Amino acid sequence: MQTNFLDRLFESGLLIETGVDGLYGRSGQFEDVIAAFERLIDRFGGADGAEAMRFPPGMNRAFFETSGYMKSFPQLAGTVHSFCGDELDHMSLLKCMEVGEDWTKDQEATDIVLTPAACYPLYPTVARRGALPMSGKLFDLQSYCFRHEPSKDPARQQLFRMREYVCMGTERHVTDFRQSWMDRGVEMMKLVGLDVTIDIANDPFFGRAGKMLANNQRDQNLKFELLIPITSVTKPTACMSFNYHQDAFGTKWGLNLEDGSVAHTACVGFGLERIALALFHTHGLDVKHWPEEVRKVLWG
Amino acid sequence: MNETIRAILRKLANLPVAVEDLTDDADLYAAGLSSFASVQVMLGIEESFDIEFPDNLLNRKSFASIQAIEATVRQIVKANEAA
Repeated sequence: MQTNFLDRLFESGLLIETGVDGLYGRSGQFEDVIAAFERLIDRFGGADGAEAMRFPPGMNRAFFETSGYMKSFPQLAGTVHSFCGDELDHMSLLKCMEVGEDWTKDQEATDIVLTPAACYPLYPTVARRGALPMSGKLFDLQSYCFRHEPSKDPARQQLFRMREYVCMGTERHVTDFRQSWMDRGVEMMKLVGLDVTIDIANDPFFGRAGKMLANNQRDQNLKFELLIPITSVTKPTACMSFNYHQDAFGTKWGLNLEDGSVAHTACVGFGLERIALALFHTHGLDVKHWPEEVRKVLWG
Repeated sequence: MNETIRAILRKLANLPVAVEDLTDDADLYAAGLSSFASVQVMLGIEESFDIEFPDNLLNRKSFASIQAIEATVRQIVKANEAA
């Protein structure tokens, strides 16, 4: 079933095979759907006055280390390594490649780590600016993100785009923000003809300790997901997530409000490829045959 | 057991308050126990009492107070004895 949809996506040219599971090219048509959906996001969120920032899909390794990502998701992280040797090392590297030995073992870590979520570079950036206004701040981000989880499920890609709004402020302010996007998310998906459910969720924390973190996250209603059936009806795919971080990021990064209290943060994320795939799966691979009202919402 | 649990908390809970000042029923989360620290405490208790927490007890409630930790450990020990 999952392989089938992926094969159909390859055959139609919407996704382009690279030989690595979860690493695909996209056709112009696929990109056009993503662009149209992003415009729909703008129509819903544009008037909120978010400050837009775009970071490349790599982030400062020092910030990545501070974020604690390796405590929770070591299995998903991708680090950028490069050749840093001299001419002699180069010779042995080429020799290794020639005889098919592991040429990567002497590669050294660079200062760059692949961005695991669009908002990761944001927190240290905002922290450098000083105190946040009591009325809070809102940010608009989009980035390719990397997660090392090779899969034949086209909805689980290793490099994919995440659009995010991140809200910082008082507890009340950021939880209201999260709730409003849960409502908007349902409304948006309805407009484009997608059946959705919202459910409580947890992040894929690593190991047994992770089980406890996942249970804690659920107990405290910290994460919700908007689910749409793509490759399975029984296990629908999370196409949006709504996360309340309490004051965890505020404490970690030193994000304070003007009165000196630690800022609470929340974010709402759109999995752009997943939403596009949900649209193609629901309405068919040829956008010309999509329902007129859906086409109208997306392309006017 | 109470003293062993307190010793583990002193070593691993990273609390901003002294463990001696906490009553057995004091809320450890209110005292500053973070999610990550509670995982460290869980691992410390497993090692110290030579037990393994079953998935259904890997939650906030099990670590809510010294009393709760004691009750959870007793429950696991008892289940192990019955098995």
